[in-house]
Amino acid sequence: MNMHKYEKIWLLFGTATLLIFLIVVGISAFYMGNQPPSCAVTLNPEKVHATAPFDDPGLKKIGDNEYQLTVVASAFNYDVGTDDKIVQIPKGATVHFNATTTDVVHGFELAGTNVNMMLEPGYISTYTNTFNKAGKHTLLCNEYCGTGHHLMSATIEVVE
Amino acid sequence: MMKVMKGIHSADAKLTMAHMYVAFFALLIGATAGLMQTLVRSGKVTLPAGIGYYQILTLHGVVLGLVLTTFFILGFLVATQSKTAGKYSSGERKWAWAGFWMMTAGVVTTATFILLNEASVLYTFYAPLKAHPGFYIGLALVIIGSWFVGFVIFHRHARWRKENRGERTPLLSYMAVITMLMWQIATLGVAATVLLQFLPWSLGFTETIDVLVSRTLFWYFGHPLVYFWLLPAYMAWYAIIPKIVGGKIFSDSLARLSFILLLLFSIPVGFHHQLTEPGIDPFWKYLQVVLTFLVVIPSLMTAFSLFATFEARGRELGAKGLFGWLKKMPWKDVRFLAPFIGMVWFIPGGAGGIINASNQMNQVVHNTIWVTGHFHLTAATSVILTFFGIAYWLIPSMTGRKLTAKMNKWGIIQTIVWSVGMAIMSGAMHWQGLLGGPRRSAYSEYAGNADTASWGAYQIAQAIGGSILFIGMIIMLVIFVNLAFFAPKGKEEFPIAVVGETSGTTPKVLENWKLWIGVTVALILFAYTIPFIDIIQNAPPGSKGFRLW
Ligand code: HEM
Ligand SMILES: [Cu+2]
Ligand SMILES: [Cu+2]
Repeated sequence: MNMHKYEKIWLLFGTATLLIFLIVVGISAFYMGNQPPSCAVTLNPEKVHATAPFDDPGLKKIGDNEYQLTVVASAFNYDVGTDDKIVQIPKGATVHFNATTTDVVHGFELAGTNVNMMLEPGYISTYTNTFNKAGKHTLLCNEYCGTGHHLMSATIEVVE
Repeated sequence: MMKVMKGIHSADAKLTMAHMYVAFFALLIGATAGLMQTLVRSGKVTLPAGIGYYQILTLHGVVLGLVLTTFFILGFLVATQSKTAGKYSSGERKWAWAGFWMMTAGVVTTATFILLNEASVLYTFYAPLKAHPGFYIGLALVIIGSWFVGFVIFHRHARWRKENRGERTPLLSYMAVITMLMWQIATLGVAATVLLQFLPWSLGFTETIDVLVSRTLFWYFGHPLVYFWLLPAYMAWYAIIPKIVGGKIFSDSLARLSFILLLLFSIPVGFHHQLTEPGIDPFWKYLQVVLTFLVVIPSLMTAFSLFATFEARGRELGAKGLFGWLKKMPWKDVRFLAPFIGMVWFIPGGAGGIINASNQMNQVVHNTIWVTGHFHLTAATSVILTFFGIAYWLIPSMTGRKLTAKMNKWGIIQTIVWSVGMAIMSGAMHWQGLLGGPRRSAYSEYAGNADTASWGAYQIAQAIGGSILFIGMIIMLVIFVNLAFFAPKGKEEFPIAVVGETSGTTPKVLENWKLWIGVTVALILFAYTIPFIDIIQNAPPGSKGFRLW
C-alpha cells in the first residue's frame, strides 16, 4: 500500500500527539490519583436505611476542617440530613461525599464543581472535593429518574 | 408515456424507498418533539393534554436516534450495494423485505407504548425503570429485522466475490459490509440485555435485574451505535463526494484501511460512557479510554483523504496556492454543499468528543446538556446534513425523477437554516453544560440559587435555535415529498467515484474477513472479559422494577 509522503508526516504527527496525550491522561490518573469515581463497594439497595452510614445521612466532622457528607437519593429527593436541604460547610473544608440510591439510577452533580457521579442501586459512590470559595452550590440530579427528575435538589453552602 | 429511469434495479429501488418513507416520517415526528422540548425548557410553555416532557423526550430519542438513522442507513446501503455489486436475487429481496416489515412493526409497537405513556424511560431505557413489555418487544423486533437486512447486504457482497473471483470488490460494497458488521456485532449486546434481562423481568418471569450488567451491555452497543451513524456518512465522503466535485478517490486502500480501523476501535470502548459509575474498576476504564482514542488515527486518515481529493480537483481546474481549491468547488450544488457543511461541523464535533472521552475531563461534562449539544453537532448535523445531501440525489434516482434547480435552491436554503439553528441551539447547550446545566431535564428552578438561575438565558437561546431547526425540518420534508412524488421524470445520476491513478494496488489482506472479525472479537474479549466477570462476581442484590412516571 503506498502512502503519500505528506500523509505519512500527518499521521506520524497525529499519532505522536495522541501518545503524548494518553500518557498525560494516564499519569494524571495513576500517579496523581485523578481517578473517576469508582468505589466498587456494594450494599443491599432495599436495606439502605439500615446500612451505615446511610442510616444517618448528613454532615459529620471527621478531622481538622474535614467532613463526611452522607446522602441518600430517592425519587425525587436528596436526603442530606437537614429539613431545609441546606448543608453549610466552612470555607477551605475538604468534604468526602458518600452517596447511594434506594430506588433507580440518579445523578449526583454539584454545579460549579467537579463533583459529578452516578448513583446506582446496590453501589456506593464516593468523591472528595475541597471548597476554597464561598458561595452556594446546587446539588442536582443529572440522570433521568422519572417525572420529578428535575425537581431533585439540595444546596451546599460554603460559608466564610 | 415516458420510460422511468431509475439508478438501480427498480425492485431494489422500491425497497430503498420503503426505508426512506419511514425515515422521513420519523424526522417529522422527532423534530416536532424536539421543538416542544426546547419550548418547555425555555420555561415559557407547558405541554397540553397531560403530555409529559419525558414522554416526548423518549419519543424524540427513539424516533430520531434509532428510527430515522437506522432506516435511512439501511435504505442507503441497500441502494449502494445494488448499484455497486449488482441487483439482488429475488430470494435476497424477500429476506430484506421481511427485515423491513419486522423493523416497521417494531417501531409501531414501541411508539404505541410510548404514546400510551407506558414507557417514559428514554431511549436508553436504563434499569430499574421498568417499561411495558411491548416497548422492549418493539425494540427487539427493530434489531432483529435489521439483522435480516444486514445479512442480505453480506450475502450480496459474498455473491459478487464468487462471481468475480480474485478481483478487488467495489469500494462502497466493501464499506457497506464493514458498516453492517459493526452493527451486527454491536447489537448483540443490546439484544442480549433486552431479550435476556428486560423482557423476562418486565413480563414478571424474573423478580430483579442486574443494573450494572444491563448498562454495560447497553453501552457495549451504545458507542458503536454512533459510529454506525457515521460510517455511511464516511462512505459518501470517501466514495461519492469526489464524483460530485468531478474528482477521483484519493486512495482505495487507505479508505478500506480506515474502515477496518473504525471497526476494530469502535466496539471495545463502551466504558467511556460509564466513567462516573461506581461499579467499574478505574484501570479498565482507562484501558477503554485508550482504545477509544485510537479512532483518532482513521479519523486523521479520513480528513487527509478528503482534503487531498478536493485539492487535487481544485488544481486540475487551475487553482493555485494552499486554499485555491476552495474557489473551485461546486458550492451551488447542494449534493456537495450539504455534506461539505456536515464535514466542517465535524471539526468542532470531534473536538468535543475528545473532551468527553478524556478520562478525567469527562467528569466536568458528564450528563450535562453539553453532551446533548455535542451529539446534535456530530449526529444531528454532520451525519444528518450528509444524509440530506445523499437524499437530494438518492430519492429522485430511486423514483426515476430529477432534482430540479428549484429544489436544489431549497436544499441550499435548508442547509443554511439547519446550520444556523444548530449553531444557536448546540452552542447554547455546550455553554450551559459547562456551567453545570443537566441534560434530560424539563424546566426547573431547583433550589432557587444563583448558579441554576443563570441557565435560563441559555435555555431561551435553545428554544430560538430549536424553532429555526423546526423550519429547516419542514423545508427538508417539502423537498423529500417533491423528489419522491412530484419532481419531473428523468434520470438522476447515482454518483459513484472511481479510484485515482495514484491510488496504487490494494493489498489482499484488507479483504480477509476471517482475520478482521477475529481481531475485532479478540479486542472485545480483551477489553471486556475481566471487568465483566468482575461486575458479575461483585454484584449487589438485583433491583426490582420502578415505574416513576
Ligand atoms: C428540530 C431539530 C431538533 C431539535 C429542536 C432537538 C432538540 C433536542 C433537545 C432540546 C434535546 C435535549 C432535551 C433534554 O436533554 O432534556 C434533544 C435530545 C436528543 N436529540 Fe434532538 N433535536 C433535534 C434534532 C435531532 C436529530 C436530527 C437527532 C438525531 C439524529 C436528535 C437526537 C437526539 C437524541 C438522541 C437526544 C437525547 C435524548 C435523551 O437524552 O434521552 N435530535 N434534542
Ligand atoms: Cu433524576
Ligand atoms: Cu461513545
